[in-house]
Amino acid sequence: MFFTYLRRELRNRRKQTVVVAIGLAVAIALVIVVNAISTGVKDAQSEVLESVYGVGTDITVTQPAEGPGEGGGPGRFDFGAEDGEASEDGTRNLAQDRLSTAMGSTSFDATALETVAGLDHVSGVAATLDLQNMSFTGEMPDPSEGPVTMEMGPDGSGEGSSGGSSFEIDQFTVTGVDPDAAAVGPLTTAEVADGRTLEAGDKNVAVLDATYAAQQELAVGDEITVGGKDLEIVGTVSSTTGDGVATASDAYLPLATAQSLADLADQVTDVYVQVDSADNVDAVAAAIESELPDASVSTQSDLAEGVTGSLSTASNLIGTLGTWLSVIVLAAAFGLAILFTVSGVNRRTRELGTLKAIGWSKGRVVGQVAGESVVQGLIGGAVGLALGALAVWAVNLAGITLSGASGGGFTMGGPSGQAPPDGATVQGDAAPGGGAFGDRSDALAGAAGNAVDIVLQAPVSLWIVLAAVGLAVLGGLLAGVVGGQRAARLRPAEALRSLA
Amino acid sequence: MYQIDDLTKTYRQGKRVVRALKNVSLTIGDGELVAVQGPTGGGKSTLLQMLGGLDRPTSGTVKLDGADLAGMNDTQLTAARADTIGFVFQTFNLIPTLTALENVETALVPSKIARQTRTARAVAALESVGLRDRGDHLPGELSGGQQQRVAIARALVKNPKVLLADEPTGNLDEETRDEIVDLMVGLWKDQGLTIVLVTHDSVVAARTPRRLRIAKGTVKDLTAA
Ligand SMILES: Nc1ncnc2c1ncn2[C@@H]1O[C@H](COP(=O)(O)OP(=O)(O)OP(=O)(O)O)[C@@H](O)[C@H]1O
Ligand SMILES: [Mg+2]
Repeated sequence: MFFTYLRRELRNRRKQTVVVAIGLAVAIALVIVVNAISTGVKDAQSEVLESVYGVGTDITVTQPAEGPGEGGGPGRFDFGAEDGEASEDGTRNLAQDRLSTAMGSTSFDATALETVAGLDHVSGVAATLDLQNMSFTGEMPDPSEGPVTMEMGPDGSGEGSSGGSSFEIDQFTVTGVDPDAAAVGPLTTAEVADGRTLEAGDKNVAVLDATYAAQQELAVGDEITVGGKDLEIVGTVSSTTGDGVATASDAYLPLATAQSLADLADQVTDVYVQVDSADNVDAVAAAIESELPDASVSTQSDLAEGVTGSLSTASNLIGTLGTWLSVIVLAAAFGLAILFTVSGVNRRTRELGTLKAIGWSKGRVVGQVAGESVVQGLIGGAVGLALGALAVWAVNLAGITLSGASGGGFTMGGPSGQAPPDGATVQGDAAPGGGAFGDRSDALAGAAGNAVDIVLQAPVSLWIVLAAVGLAVLGGLLAGVVGGQRAARLRPAEALRSLA
Repeated sequence: MYQIDDLTKTYRQGKRVVRALKNVSLTIGDGELVAVQGPTGGGKSTLLQMLGGLDRPTSGTVKLDGADLAGMNDTQLTAARADTIGFVFQTFNLIPTLTALENVETALVPSKIARQTRTARAVAALESVGLRDRGDHLPGELSGGQQQRVAIARALVKNPKVLLADEPTGNLDEETRDEIVDLMVGLWKDQGLTIVLVTHDSVVAARTPRRLRIAKGTVKDLTAA
């Protein structure tokens, strides 16, 4: 009788049943979609982070440059009258190679590594030395009238000719890594594309990012000049994140080689820390901060905040708008369910009173009313599940590409600074014979870091399916409790009221 | 069957206090057919509520076969309504979404008997009111008289000791009214049922051996003396 009565009632007030079920369904679908997308965006964020910081890194330690003038940064080439070799037409052929820490960071003593390794809950550490190599080759007018100073924007690379000079500037990022500590750090998301990766005992060799190598038409066995020294290329690596995604750096050297070429003995720029459990990350970060007061300590969530691009927009959107929308729609759906149930009970006062009068217990009447609401919730949950799954499927099928860049990695891959055709620029006038190197703002646009394009994959977990259906049933139950309470208070004598 | 002593029922409506029954004492024997008449607002329905355990008196006792309904808790009252008291209402009060047969079955739901037995008994009850072939009709598909027959079947299917009816013919035309009264009088004669019948209609009251009149909360036995 319970189910017969329940089914007839729901069918009899089909409109309300449909409205309540659809309300709950939309809310449930929204919860599923928002959760799936937000999980997808989080996954994408951690992929971006992994492409820069490697897998399994919980905390990174760096040391920011203290002032604008300090630390690495745009290269500065100084050519004196004695530099280069003069050619017959009065110009000089110049070549210079500079290897320095990447812009915005300074190196610090490698003893920090031991300090961090000695802390509780630290399960792995690795240090790297992030450098920037800039090389200048070209012809300049004879600088014998005075020294020529050229300053470059952060994009570094440039080529062009001006006022009788023609030159080429190449820049690439170099990371010194410790081949022994391969479990943490930027190389964990890289796989060997050709040749081999760095091994313990390697000296004066380099491994290139496969994308960079292809760009520069370099291959295993060739040589690359880093800090003025020719190093043999023993391998290339590519990112495990996806095709065409660059790894954290253009070139990887053994840490010791990088340190000696950059004249930074026992210095590092980044320490990658792995923590034994996610619960301890904050505690370890705090411990590192107190041990190394000058250092800048970033946890994964700090780093995630540094991810920019459409990815961060999506993350913010889904985080605030999505959550609020879900909450509001859910509340509205619950309200709707309660409203309809209560008005249903009010309309059925005499009917429910009659059932009580003929001997139905309070519990049975309440159960009947609550049962109807719960079944409405279940229908809503099932429809919502289907709706949500469909929407998530559509989102995944649409293949929305999010692009994210981590602010941490200042990989200089920007457009080349294009010099004006002749020397008639402000800078050129002020420094006669000097070359103009293009626009700084143009260069800044290129400093977007390691931009990674990731196709959004929104996963639906069993947990969220259960939670969503649970929410729908909860909505039904809530309505059932409120409506049931009314039904419980109803006097059986209502059956005798002659007015309907 | 019923032993009523010094029964008073007052309703409170804000500041106003309505005394619907005033110190009523009354005895209704087993197998009696009693009509209750009186002006509107006199307290007829209130008396029926007290007899049926739908509400509790303000004071006094209502003994049904020796057990005081006034002193029972909700569970006991519910059980009494489920087992020993049958109700028939002026507005029939069938569940509109359930068929005639299912409506009759609702009265057996509290007794938790097997589904098959329940259906068989409901079919028999419908047959006894002459509606065997209308079991799968919804109330909306039945005439008023037929609906009241279904309601009577619902009241009787559990074999109650007493049938309480509040204006059972109030919404029926004269012809149908006579059918229903015939049916009830027949059941009373055949089954030895105790019936308390509230009615405005003196034609209906004339069919009963005992008549009570309630006005302003006071009962007068018209057949006594
Ligand atoms: N639930 C209630 N709350 C307040 N007053 C009530 C309530 N039920 C009945 N009354 C009052 O009690 C008095 C008796 O009512 P009752 O319904 O018993 O009259 P009745 O004789 O059945 O009248 P009718 O012939 O119109 O059905 C009336 O004055 C009525 O207003
Ligand atoms: Mg009445």
